Amino acid sequence: MKVVPALLAETALSVPALPVLADGHMASEMTIVSWGGAYSKSQLRAYHEPYSANTGVEIINDDSSAEAVAKLRAMNEAGNVTWDVVDVVAADAIRLCDEGLALEIDADTQLAAAPDGTPASEDFGDLLVSDCFIPQIVYSTTFGYRTDLVGDTAPTSVCAVFDTETYPGKRSLEKRPINNMEWALICDGVAKADVYDVLETEEGQNQALAKLDTIKDDVIWWSAGADTPQLLADGEVVMGSTYNGRLFSVIEEQNQPVAMLWDAQVFDLDGWIIPTGLSPERQARALDYIMFATDTQRLADQAKYISYGPARASSAPLVGKHADLGIEMAPHMPTDPNNAQNTFLYNYEFWADYRDDIDAKFQAWLAQ
Amino acid sequence: MLAADGTPLKKSLARALRMQKIRALLLIAPLLVFVLVTFLAPIADMLFRSVENQIVRDTLPQTVSRLSAWDSDEEELPPEEVFEAFYVDMVLAREQKLHTRLGTRLNYEKTGLSSLFRKSGRGIGRFDTDVYTDALVDADPSWEEGATWEDLFSNAGVRSALPFTASTWDRWSAVLGADGKNSSEEDIEDFIVTALYTEVSKGQGAGVDARVDQAASAFAGIEPISIRSQFADIDEDWADPEVWRTIHTYAPPYIDGYFLNSIDMQKTPDGIEQRPENQRIYLMLFGRTMFMSLVITFSCILLGYPVAWILANLPMRTANLLMILVLLPFWTSLLVRTSAWKVMLQQQGVINDVLVWLGMVADDGRLVMINNQTGTIIAMTHILLPFMILPLYSVMQTIPPSYLRAAKSLGATNWTAFWRVYFPQSVPGIGAGSILVFILSIGYYITPEIVGGTTGVFISNRIAYHISSSLNWGLAAALGTILLAVVLILYWAYDRIVGIDNVKLGG
Repeated sequence: MKVVPALLAETALSVPALPVLADGHMASEMTIVSWGGAYSKSQLRAYHEPYSANTGVEIINDDSSAEAVAKLRAMNEAGNVTWDVVDVVAADAIRLCDEGLALEIDADTQLAAAPDGTPASEDFGDLLVSDCFIPQIVYSTTFGYRTDLVGDTAPTSVCAVFDTETYPGKRSLEKRPINNMEWALICDGVAKADVYDVLETEEGQNQALAKLDTIKDDVIWWSAGADTPQLLADGEVVMGSTYNGRLFSVIEEQNQPVAMLWDAQVFDLDGWIIPTGLSPERQARALDYIMFATDTQRLADQAKYISYGPARASSAPLVGKHADLGIEMAPHMPTDPNNAQNTFLYNYEFWADYRDDIDAKFQAWLAQ
Repeated sequence: MLAADGTPLKKSLARALRMQKIRALLLIAPLLVFVLVTFLAPIADMLFRSVENQIVRDTLPQTVSRLSAWDSDEEELPPEEVFEAFYVDMVLAREQKLHTRLGTRLNYEKTGLSSLFRKSGRGIGRFDTDVYTDALVDADPSWEEGATWEDLFSNAGVRSALPFTASTWDRWSAVLGADGKNSSEEDIEDFIVTALYTEVSKGQGAGVDARVDQAASAFAGIEPISIRSQFADIDEDWADPEVWRTIHTYAPPYIDGYFLNSIDMQKTPDGIEQRPENQRIYLMLFGRTMFMSLVITFSCILLGYPVAWILANLPMRTANLLMILVLLPFWTSLLVRTSAWKVMLQQQGVINDVLVWLGMVADDGRLVMINNQTGTIIAMTHILLPFMILPLYSVMQTIPPSYLRAAKSLGATNWTAFWRVYFPQSVPGIGAGSILVFILSIGYYITPEIVGGTTGVFISNRIAYHISSSLNWGLAAALGTILLAVVLILYWAYDRIVGIDNVKLGG
């Protein structure tokens, strides 16, 4: 197997006019892994199509991001990594980096600078949460509610979720402790700044679970991002949490009577990693793709197709109108000042440590 | 007696039989190899993970060997020499990016170790141990060159006098070698000098080699640096004996910790004990999986038996047509069938809408039939029903209708004829169908995940979680092993009670 790329590379050196390998030691085909659905489509149009047009590289899509960490680990153990670039959430990127499964990237030399010359490390800023992770979008997990089922007073605070008297009916929450525990504590009177300090303690965890216990009978627990939009559209729930882009499509594309509740939205990041263990040609190709796909213009372009905020500061002013609907996208971004009045940043370090411990308690509580 | 070619008949016969056996074996060889390679080997590998725990020993070899002398019952920290070994192990682990992997592994046992190891990997390069190196280089600048050390450790006398430093040097060379570098061409690192200091300052190696003596005199005036407090400076958790106890407890290469965890127990310094009540989940899930699988099996028998009976007693043409209806679900994706149940059963769904329209339930009292055990049982019974009907049907087809007529002509009522004559002959079909349905449902996870809510999920959902989300493959393997063992035990019990010979998949 290894002989073939080596031979091809050899040929490329001796016959530089060969069209497929015109740019030297790079693979002519790559597999990019992402989440599928509207999100993959936005990447296809904003990144893959222009990249293929520029370079002639054939891009194969694989919608496996949900199991990316487990699959990459298995591929690595088998010594046969078949993916070139993988789209993962930041928490997964940190784990892949920890396990040595993702390549470390130097932002300033391996990523494009902003048009005004600002180095990439400054342009991305704090969003570079791991050495292996190149952020692409900022998304948030937040609530949407049925405008026709909430009565006269539309909810303005996340604590409406816990207020079953004013807002009777079911709500949908994700079947995992992350985010739910934080919201429970905030609505139980814990200051936003203290949430993770409280959650570190056994009492704090019990406090959060006790708060969740007050609405346990009114909750439908979801595990796929498409669940809440469906439940809202069916009228099964009055309100529910999901990713803001999913709610955007329920509201703007499907015209359902649903509105956004941006209060206490939890910011999270999604971006690229390059697996370790690629051949030099494939790695060079992956790095070349990353350099292209995460530049200022490309990140801004993606926002034409989906309502997630670009991760570069320099991309924000370039965000325009939705490519098909023709509406301004800026007001639908989780990072828009009007939406981001009260926000929360997912604490990666905390959840990397406490995820297993709190999840065990959360699942035991759920099963009671 | 001789065969036609003159060999003894017995021998000739044996050869013919042997040839036949080899031919038979060759015929099944592809399947055998296929099953071994693609089925048994991965299962064995997965089961092995439930006890395997090499990572601690492989990543921290020196620490583990020195830690074994430490009495973990004490409220005291391990001695300084453990920290010295840990320093060396950690620097080498960080070079290979293994320290965070170990942190993830140990975090399953003690919360917080993941970030502790990640943080320490970053902080370990900033230790004050450079004073040792400076002292040595001040005495003779050639100490800074790897070649000097290479030279030093080619001397067998030095190697045996300074075993710790020698092994540190060898491991360092190996790590650099894996990167295509040569340790004799690189500058010396602080942690190797520190290893040398810990041995030389105790008088080890005195008089063995002139260079060792030179190092000893260079080190003479230095205030020793406490590696322990260097680690405590990175994070005070290193001064917590509990952390060291965790490393100590999980040092052996093979452990039963995953199995204990999967039956809601845990290892503590005081021995094995039950987990705190708010973390017990697996035994309950095993119990629920068994119970619900039984319920599903019984409802499949209840619903499937009459269908199979009708199919078996209809004329062939009609039976075949109806058979297609039974098989139809097989041709539909599992996800589609499960999601269809969602549309049917949810509170704003088809069934509830009809009931409200008929006035059988009030609009605000709609039935909850999904996201609970009911939902799982209904959806799974539907999905697994063909596995019950097919064996039942094929067994019933072989029961001659004349037996029933004979029973009735001898004066039996319809019920007696069915119960005493027909039913006993259909039992092998029930047995086969039940085994199929039960074993399939025990391992189901997509359907419970979608329609099970919180009370309708199975143990397989937790296994899937640990495989794909928490990456705790050891625990997933232990849970899977237990599940496999339970199935085998039930199969054995079934064989003892009912007898596996009584199972028939067809006439």
